[in-house]
Amino acid sequence: MQDFSEAFGLAFRLVFTADADLLEIILLSLRVSLSAVVIACAIGLPFGAALAIARFPGRPAVIIMLNALMGLPPVVVGLLIYLLLSNAGPLGWLELLYTPAAMIIAQTVLVTPIVAALSREVVENLYNEYAEQFRSLCLTRRQAVRALLWDARYSLLTVGLAGFGRAVAEVGAVIIVGGNIDHLTRVMTTAIALETSKGDLALALALGIVLVTIALSVNAAVMMLRMTASRYAYA
Amino acid sequence: MLELAVSSRQAAPAAVSSDIVGETRNLVYAAGGRNLVDNIDLRVSSGSLTVVMGPNGAGKSLLLRLMHGLIAPSGGQVLWGGRSMAEEIRLRQAMVFQRSVLLRRSVAANIRFVLKLRGKPAPARVDELLHEVGLAERAGQPARLLSGGEQQRLALARALAVEPQVMFMDEPTVSLDPSAIASIESIVRRVHERGVKIIFVTHDLGQARRLADDVVFLNRGRLVEHTAADRFFADPESRAARDYLAGRLVLD
Repeated sequence: MQDFSEAFGLAFRLVFTADADLLEIILLSLRVSLSAVVIACAIGLPFGAALAIARFPGRPAVIIMLNALMGLPPVVVGLLIYLLLSNAGPLGWLELLYTPAAMIIAQTVLVTPIVAALSREVVENLYNEYAEQFRSLCLTRRQAVRALLWDARYSLLTVGLAGFGRAVAEVGAVIIVGGNIDHLTRVMTTAIALETSKGDLALALALGIVLVTIALSVNAAVMMLRMTASRYAYA
Repeated sequence: MLELAVSSRQAAPAAVSSDIVGETRNLVYAAGGRNLVDNIDLRVSSGSLTVVMGPNGAGKSLLLRLMHGLIAPSGGQVLWGGRSMAEEIRLRQAMVFQRSVLLRRSVAANIRFVLKLRGKPAPARVDELLHEVGLAERAGQPARLLSGGEQQRLALARALAVEPQVMFMDEPTVSLDPSAIASIESIVRRVHERGVKIIFVTHDLGQARRLADDVVFLNRGRLVEHTAADRFFADPESRAARDYLAGRLVLD
């Protein structure tokens, strides 16, 4: 076990020298999490918007269910995806277990309810404002959903950000379906867990620093975009 | 049922065919155990500019929404050209609300949105409409940065993008300054002269005198008077209307 100062020193050296192993892990993490967020947005945004404007019996129950799914435990999702993708599972023939694709699937399952539930709330608030005007203009549901998603785009960036935060920081699901295989499925969070358990704090800390930096940078970028949009009254 | 008296100021209907006369029959809208719109029989002709007046809570805005089909009546019927309210009728109508609901887009994009909905996204038409309401210079600005008067003019331009035969206006000049009011009234008059049927809600007596061909006076959800504007302002039939015009509390 290294002491803290030595660990921090090594960690910064790894970051600033752009260590190849470190970069590989970071890039895979970003690839997996960004892919999951993009897929989750493609599913969750239209679903959330459609739910925001739809009125049907049982709608409150669907909303409660969706909100509850935001708190899905990653290990449970990991286990379910593992069962689906394992050789004995219904999707075993795809041979995706212990691949980045399996990790993307698991993170998509985790992030989609977050994107759908939060976008439902954002879009519903906007729809309350637009509803009469849309009825007056005889918009179809499809047209209304598209218009609302476009007009709420800056608020929805925060929704995407929340999804990305969840994806990039979770460890339970990706470690089960990815297996934390070196040079194949090792991402930042699983590497941090492994290196910490091995006592190699330098790499764990370096990854931790990068993870926090990415989270801060993405947040700052989205905040700046939203502030700019507010200044120009588009948000 | 009160028949609409023909006003001498009535504009010749150019683009509007006479078959789109609006009519309500025993129109009722109930909520909370009360009839907020109570058995209204009303006929409006296509050529006149109809002003709807009445004290707060009289049911003016509700009547407009019922006639435009934004809400379903609890009883009775709304007919346009003798046909029940349907989407194809609403497609030829437009409404400008008291508080303009503008999209979070540029001024031009707000117009383009409606033109695209109607399948006519011609850039020249956007310019034409913005020019008509005096906002051509503001085309690229975010709509929500416009002043209150400009926002209402944009809402008017957007309503005109529908090429409506009937336009409902629910207190569109409330809380605007006199020059903004004058500007909107001038646009409304021009639009009306082109033959668009206008049903205009206002509390402003001066505005009603300036605009109205005929006045629909409501009180407590009931139609109290529907008469030519000159006659309404000179010699209202009901006590409620007399009290309203005199600025007294309307009790019955």
